[in-house]
Amino acid sequence: MSADRKQVILGAYFPGVNHDTVWSDPASGSHIDFASFEHWARTAERGKLDLLFLAEGLRLRTRGDAIFDQDVVGRPDTFTVLASLAAITEDIGLAGTINSTFNEPYELARKFASLDLLSGGRAAWNVVTSFDAPTGENFRRGGFLAPSQRYERAGETLEAVRRLWDSWGSDAVVADRESGRFLRDEHVGDFAVRGNQFDIAGRFSTPRSPQGHPVVLQAGESPAGRDFAAKHSDAIFSRYQQFDEARAFYTDVKARVAKAGRNPDEVKILPSAAVILGDTEAEAHDRHADVRSRQVDPLTSIVLAEMVWNRDLSDVDPDGPVPDLEPTPDAPKWIKGRAPLTQDAHATAEAWRELGRTEGLSLRQVVTKVFDRNVFVGTPGKVAAEIERYVEQEAVDGFILGSHVSPSGLDEVVDRVVPLLQDRGVFRTEYTGTTLRDNLGLEPAERFGEPASA
Amino acid sequence: MSENPLHLAVALDGAGWHPAAWRDPNATPEALFTPGYWTALVQAAERGLLDFATIEDALGLQSDDHLSRTDRRTDRVRGRLDAELIAAFTAPLTSRIGLVPTVTTTHTEPFHIASALATLDHNSLGRAGWRVQTSVRTDEAAHFGRRALPEIRREALGTPEVDAAVADLFEEAADAVEVVRRLWDSWEDGTEIRDAATNRFLDRDKLHHVDFSGRFFSVRGPSIVPRPPQGQPLVVALAHARAAYELAARSADVVFTTPRNAAEVPGIVAEVRAAEQAVGRTGAPLRVLADLVVSVDDDGQEAQDRVRRLDELAEQPLRSDAAVVAGSATELADLVQEWRAASPELDGFRLRPAVLPTDLDAIADGLVPELQRRGAFRSAYDTDSLRERFGLPRPASRYATNEEVAR
Ligand SMILES: Cc1cc2nc3c(=O)[nH]c(=O)nc-3n(C[C@H](O)[C@H](O)[C@H](O)COP(=O)(O)O)c2cc1C
Repeated sequence: MSADRKQVILGAYFPGVNHDTVWSDPASGSHIDFASFEHWARTAERGKLDLLFLAEGLRLRTRGDAIFDQDVVGRPDTFTVLASLAAITEDIGLAGTINSTFNEPYELARKFASLDLLSGGRAAWNVVTSFDAPTGENFRRGGFLAPSQRYERAGETLEAVRRLWDSWGSDAVVADRESGRFLRDEHVGDFAVRGNQFDIAGRFSTPRSPQGHPVVLQAGESPAGRDFAAKHSDAIFSRYQQFDEARAFYTDVKARVAKAGRNPDEVKILPSAAVILGDTEAEAHDRHADVRSRQVDPLTSIVLAEMVWNRDLSDVDPDGPVPDLEPTPDAPKWIKGRAPLTQDAHATAEAWRELGRTEGLSLRQVVTKVFDRNVFVGTPGKVAAEIERYVEQEAVDGFILGSHVSPSGLDEVVDRVVPLLQDRGVFRTEYTGTTLRDNLGLEPAERFGEPASA
Repeated sequence: MSENPLHLAVALDGAGWHPAAWRDPNATPEALFTPGYWTALVQAAERGLLDFATIEDALGLQSDDHLSRTDRRTDRVRGRLDAELIAAFTAPLTSRIGLVPTVTTTHTEPFHIASALATLDHNSLGRAGWRVQTSVRTDEAAHFGRRALPEIRREALGTPEVDAAVADLFEEAADAVEVVRRLWDSWEDGTEIRDAATNRFLDRDKLHHVDFSGRFFSVRGPSIVPRPPQGQPLVVALAHARAAYELAARSADVVFTTPRNAAEVPGIVAEVRAAEQAVGRTGAPLRVLADLVVSVDDDGQEAQDRVRRLDELAEQPLRSDAAVVAGSATELADLVQEWRAASPELDGFRLRPAVLPTDLDAIADGLVPELQRRGAFRSAYDTDSLRERFGLPRPASRYATNEEVAR
């Protein structure tokens, strides 16, 4: 095995609230029962994957005023699921998406420090900023932050959380029965954070965790989001899986990392991806076509178009052309509770029309094509080769894998693709590190500031 | 077994309830922040067939005086893991014991509480509970910076200003529990239908906004988590006085009380019943447990010596809001039966082991077998869910119309 080959990072995401999950498939199980999470986690760990990943959504999706009913809806609490999974796994990382707008640093810091302690150093936090004003209707603070303030708050939250993590030195707990000294000194846990978003001080209540700082991921794509990631994160969950756009994103973000004064290798870029396999290429493509037609049914194609147009398109025929209507991005949100699909609605609508015109596709066919970008299709050998190529040619550092069937969709990848990556010498056959940081090849966490008691 | 079965719970906190417990030769203070420590404790409680384990928590560092700011002592256990995450961690490693973390209503978002505990209930197959607690400390409020709480000094307890401040915290707590229960109800049973014929994953008529709006916050809902297996996890609260009994009567399923002796039990039960009347409680009466700080062993001598040794190390005798008992398993079993005889409406006890794991092991391996010999305690877990164990029905969602139930 060639130790110098660039290693692929692989995570697995549990399909959350989405239209990708084909719940009508006979193999589709509960997405709530812990048994499903257990199956998924055990499979991922059997495959020696780096991490498990959960997305977040703090309100139910609505279309107009109606709650979505055609797709998978409902998700359990991230911290609780990850803590339960920590108990039944040994090595795999546990990454939770938690937004910085509707959580307070003190609680975030102790939840992640606790998860890191309970898992022996496997916790990771995917920091997202809330995208959806009505989410505030479920929280004390209510309302919402302007986009400009969301990353300010995210940055200050992260800074505050890191100060809290650092407020206990690794030797803060003495626990010497003889002398009767439990804590090293009376300043253990002291902190103070003042900024535009926070004015907090006191003593943090949770000891330093094995990683010191749990791994920080980020998912966002605006320039502000990319700069935030370049400055603060250890890894980025991205949506760019097509080779060229993945490479463009990679190049752009790694340049931002360097500009922020950090080593570009220290920020891993991990797009989401799904895998559809066949014994032959033809079989794989048949399966793929079948899955696509079930994922993007007529109603789903309308809904996905509505996310771009931001208006009711119930009257549009999904089997007709892409509508000539103009998007109304500034109108009140028509579909709430989902991450935006585009940064520029007018440009996206025009691109879809263009695609429909030039290739003679209906709206549904266009949507199917556009939303089908994050899939590797082929024989196990071909998919393994593709994954290696992406990493080797610096389009990505790895992938976070999902599936259209939950929870067993990962089984095939672990059983048929992972061994080939191992044969190629680009994926581990055993966990080597003790923490997620080790396994991802990240440096140990630096102290953000010396604890007050130093 | 009697019609009113005895309930026994255990309260887990740090190295135990004696402030010097961590210095006991059998304590493992270096392990307090490891998963193995908590797993072993919860499994010991399950070995003893206990109803549930509560896990203490707060959003600040422990202080000998729970009203005051952090006391900056270095000779006591300080530091905690998040109680809800400890419960979640132990859920897949146990199968019967109830898991009841403490979560504060003063700083934690009710929406997050509802999601977390519903998920704990899913992951434990119906064994989740919630110990509701308010946070009165000004330093904890400063950890959040969202509100300034008036300082509540021990000397000022009972003054109108302090009573008003406490009343506000309790009112907020009652609102929080109300919101959380509504969120648990906001998905009716059977919302997920997976009806391929109509292309509907769920029946949206069974989802409900909770539209709560009160003095302290408003929450729209519905929850993001489908209704938990118990419908509503068990809600428990500790109370020492009338205002807190009323909060429990309004919001909880089980109340922990602190009689000092058997003679006080009937009076406290009567106070609980009066509080229920005062708030117009409907539905099942509160289950009443008495808290006891306990040190136990076979002959009683070692338990007393243990406490005495630790008292010396702590340079003060073990004191608590609850009664403190050190003795043999037989003596403790006598006390359990004596207090129950004093009032048949005392449903049981929450035992706070003075030293962990020593006194918990003695409960599981000494006290419980002794009570079983007397036919006073179950010999096997006979129910699956925590609510059932307390004879509480699985509540129907408040939003379910009769028609829908009938269908
Ligand atoms: C791949 C990807 C996954 C995301 N997942 C979530 C999520 O699970 N929950 C969430 O609240 N936001 C999620 N977001 C949204 C981001 O947090 C962010 O709010 C959004 O992208 C807007 O930020 P931006 O303007 O920097 O892109 C995701 C974004 C991307 C690109």
